[in-house]
Amino acid sequence: MLGRTANGLYWMFRYIERAENSARLIDAGMRMSLTRSEATEDDWDGVLQSSGVRDTYDETHDKLTSADAIDYLLRERSNPSSVMSCIDAGRNNARMVRTALTRETWEATNECWLDLKALLARRVKPADLPEAIDAIKRKTGLIRGAFHGTMLRNEIFNFSRIGTFIERADNTARILDVKYYVLLPAVSQVGSSIDNVQWESILRSVSAHRSYGWVYEAEYKASNIADFLILNGRMPRSLAYCYEKICSNLGYLAREYGERHAAHATAEETLASLRSHSIKDVMDQGLHEYIENFISHNNRLGQEISDGYRFY
Amino acid sequence: MMNADNSPRQPYKTYNDWYSSQDKARLIAKSKDAENIFRKTGITFAVYGHADSAEKLIPFDLIPRIISGREWRKLAQGIEQRVIALNAFLDDIYHKQEIIKAGRIPRELIERNVTFLPQMIGFRPPGGVYTHIVGTDIVRTGEDQFYVLEDNARTPSGVSYMLENRETMMQMFPELFHQNRVRPVENYPNLLRQSLASLAPPGCEGKPRVAVLTPGIYNSAYYEHAFLADMMGVELVEGSDLRVIDGKVKMRTSRGYEAIDVLYRRVDDDYLDPLTFKPESTLGVPGIMDVYRAGNITIANAPGTGICDDKAIYSYMPEIVEFYTGRKPLLENVPTWRCAEADSLKYVLENLADLVVKEVHGSGGYGMLVGPTASKKERMAFAEKLKTRPHNYIAQPTLSLSTVPILVNKGIAPRHVDLRPYVLVSDKVQIIPGGLTRVALKAGSLVVNSSQGGGTKDTWVLED
Repeated sequence: MLGRTANGLYWMFRYIERAENSARLIDAGMRMSLTRSEATEDDWDGVLQSSGVRDTYDETHDKLTSADAIDYLLRERSNPSSVMSCIDAGRNNARMVRTALTRETWEATNECWLDLKALLARRVKPADLPEAIDAIKRKTGLIRGAFHGTMLRNEIFNFSRIGTFIERADNTARILDVKYYVLLPAVSQVGSSIDNVQWESILRSVSAHRSYGWVYEAEYKASNIADFLILNGRMPRSLAYCYEKICSNLGYLAREYGERHAAHATAEETLASLRSHSIKDVMDQGLHEYIENFISHNNRLGQEISDGYRFY
Repeated sequence: MMNADNSPRQPYKTYNDWYSSQDKARLIAKSKDAENIFRKTGITFAVYGHADSAEKLIPFDLIPRIISGREWRKLAQGIEQRVIALNAFLDDIYHKQEIIKAGRIPRELIERNVTFLPQMIGFRPPGGVYTHIVGTDIVRTGEDQFYVLEDNARTPSGVSYMLENRETMMQMFPELFHQNRVRPVENYPNLLRQSLASLAPPGCEGKPRVAVLTPGIYNSAYYEHAFLADMMGVELVEGSDLRVIDGKVKMRTSRGYEAIDVLYRRVDDDYLDPLTFKPESTLGVPGIMDVYRAGNITIANAPGTGICDDKAIYSYMPEIVEFYTGRKPLLENVPTWRCAEADSLKYVLENLADLVVKEVHGSGGYGMLVGPTASKKERMAFAEKLKTRPHNYIAQPTLSLSTVPILVNKGIAPRHVDLRPYVLVSDKVQIIPGGLTRVALKAGSLVVNSSQGGGTKDTWVLED
């Protein structure tokens, strides 16, 4: 396959994943401001940070309001991580690699773009926001469904999956990076309602507020939440799960091509660390440092994949 | 569609019976369905200069244009003759230039032409084929009366619409294809691939590797480039994927560099090789012309074929056909006044209201004047342009084009159409039975270009 095609697939799926993540972050932010007795714009500060756009928001806005923050995350074209920018970029990449996609996958992507372009043509009223968020999750879900149902399990599939999981790992790690302090044992006291809202918001931003209960029972506990998002191999947005997938897809490529790159060693090293540690180890080592280290390794892996498979 | 006595013409009889039995509201609804299919599939084109509405649909009319087998055979013979002449003409002007020596075409028209590439002089492409793919634009003015409007020997586009229109029609009205014996066009991508592969260069080792070169996703015909690569099962490459290594053009793959033998390029001559043509081009491949001349790649269509699309050269086509085939042309040329000639210019200026004036290097319906429908002010302004740069223009009479029916809200209405059949040249000439019918959607209009609001329809050639 062309290096440019591998690159296009990787970024197509990174952007689609990011669009969905942005929608989920807005959902969590919205939820938090509803459940709080005294709504504060600080909630949106955290959401913008998790999305990595806090500074660029300030460049174009005088003050932080929930309406502006939502619009910035949803529709702002100058924000490369806004839902609409991501869908645009994802679909442009899909057009570029169109010959590598099944008709179903391409059409789901194109329809997602057509529908969201119409949906997000103007500011979304607060009353319509939940429906808009649902529509984004549904449309991106359809792309995933078409992709899984119709694509051959070959190198095209592998590059797409690697893009998805590098992006997802980055997103989960950034949520943890912004909110790590509410998970520290010294700061958080079990049961305080502020903590509960914060914790729920973290879980919600990775769509895990329901599944958490299945695994850890009803009680929110900081170390369990950290365990769920970092080490639990069954949680589809955890760092461990993402790296299982990255490693298996890189492994297929290595066998298919008969060559290994620096990326293979980097990914396997990260996976080994995620497998061998307990959440207590991570907390003892320092949650913040652990996450920062993870993010920088994840970025390096992206670069090594791009180099090894001749994206440019 | 109809004879003078209002009975349907022979090839339309079966269709007409079917149409009469249809509920018109249902057909209108189907027409909307078709539009949705096109939008969903992303069968769009870009109109340059419209940033906001970057991707547009070409309107699709669901009444097919039907051509009898007998009429088609006559047309096909004429096209074949013309395409053979075009290749012979290109070979001649880049070699011995006998047609110039014989005094049939003025030397300066060839050698001062911007589309004439001196780099091609003395070089013969693999198999001696210059125009691998041709899309001859034809209009019908009456029974067995066809005129060639343009030869489109450089990079004819639109074949994806021919294929998608047929696909859409078969999906929407399968019964029509049981009732009528319509000759298939679906094998075009396979024929194209075989035709290209059969002209692999001498330096090709093993099975020829074919690729389509596109300027990228912002090009107006990108959809078609991706579609053709997909249907042929070959790579769709951009200039940035390609590099000359060890005397071969190679593409950067996820496993390293791999050689390409035949490049179906949808990038213009000027942009093909920054070392030979426009140095600022990033769409081409530095050094590809050297590889080409060394016999290590086939470029389709060959660089320098664009001269056949020059409208002043077009006016010499009857001479060209006769010179190389020794026979009178089977298809008519539209009478053409070359404004570079003083007498012609005078005539054109005096009769502007009755003529269509075109730029010699124009295409896509841009920069032309349709005299009969233009306002007096527009004609006066155009006359000034003509006087300033006469050599840049040719003029033609407006033909009384035949019309075909289209579906409108009130039922059916006549509209002017043209026809672009697609021709593949290798060691043989293959003409796909069908083509792209473009239709002027505005009542009375003669301009069918999609960039000017034209639409398309499925084109049926019947077995008989």
